Amino acid sequence: MNWLTEITLNHYLALSGILFMIGMAGVMIRRSILVIYMCLELMLNAANLALVAFNRFSPAARDYDGQIMVFFIITVAAAEVAVGLALIVSLYRLRQTTNVNDLNSLKF
Amino acid sequence: MEALFFWIFAIGMVGSALAVIFNRNPVACALCLVGTFVFLAALFITLEAFFLAAVQIIVYAGAVMVLFLFIIMLLDIKAEKKKPIPYGKIGLVIILSLIFGFFFNIVLNGLPNGQSILHWGTASTQDAKEIGMILFSKYILPFVVTGVLLLVATLGVVLLSKREV
Repeated sequence: MNWLTEITLNHYLALSGILFMIGMAGVMIRRSILVIYMCLELMLNAANLALVAFNRFSPAARDYDGQIMVFFIITVAAAEVAVGLALIVSLYRLRQTTNVNDLNSLKF
Repeated sequence: MEALFFWIFAIGMVGSALAVIFNRNPVACALCLVGTFVFLAALFITLEAFFLAAVQIIVYAGAVMVLFLFIIMLLDIKAEKKKPIPYGKIGLVIILSLIFGFFFNIVLNGLPNGQSILHWGTASTQDAKEIGMILFSKYILPFVVTGVLLLVATLGVVLLSKREV
């Protein structure tokens, strides 16, 4: 049971992959556009977890490049959430719905 | 001991992430997402990224999720109704998971296993200072560009939220 007590980089990467797949499954199976947006946030955070883990386990332990990248990702994600939610609100004003199945006028 | 913490936080995070996609009520989804972010911040602490853990809690669990809850309340979104199970989409998810798992396996087998054991307490506890020093010297240009991005995002949100332009 070595893998249970010795936490390696692979554990964190596997966890990050699981979180990313949960987010991706949520984007595909949910119909409310707001919940789809939350699942996008999950996928972003999965990437953040992988970056922090790589930074921690890198041989040059004293550089913080990975963490700074995560810092920028968090900033951009916050801006993205603000703009995206404004888009959702204006969409709701126009169509009175947040269900993606009803938003099909551009569907081929 | 750190292994125990890792497993607790990992199971908690995956559980609350699954709750996000399986809850029908959007408010419950948002609260489960807060739980996911808190567990993720705890995992950042096990990776000794203390500053990022604090930022994660403040920015995500604080600001972003309040914004989400605010929009949910504003739009008065009801819980999704039960509909026939979308077998096609579930099949697509399974196929994509398999493809992803295949690549993931390649990545994991390519990594030198066992060399990357986490030694608790070897990182600096002054990581906020270190990150600040690097952020304002090596990464000063991306930092300034991020400021411009935030300004543009603010202007965009104001413009989008106006009723008539």
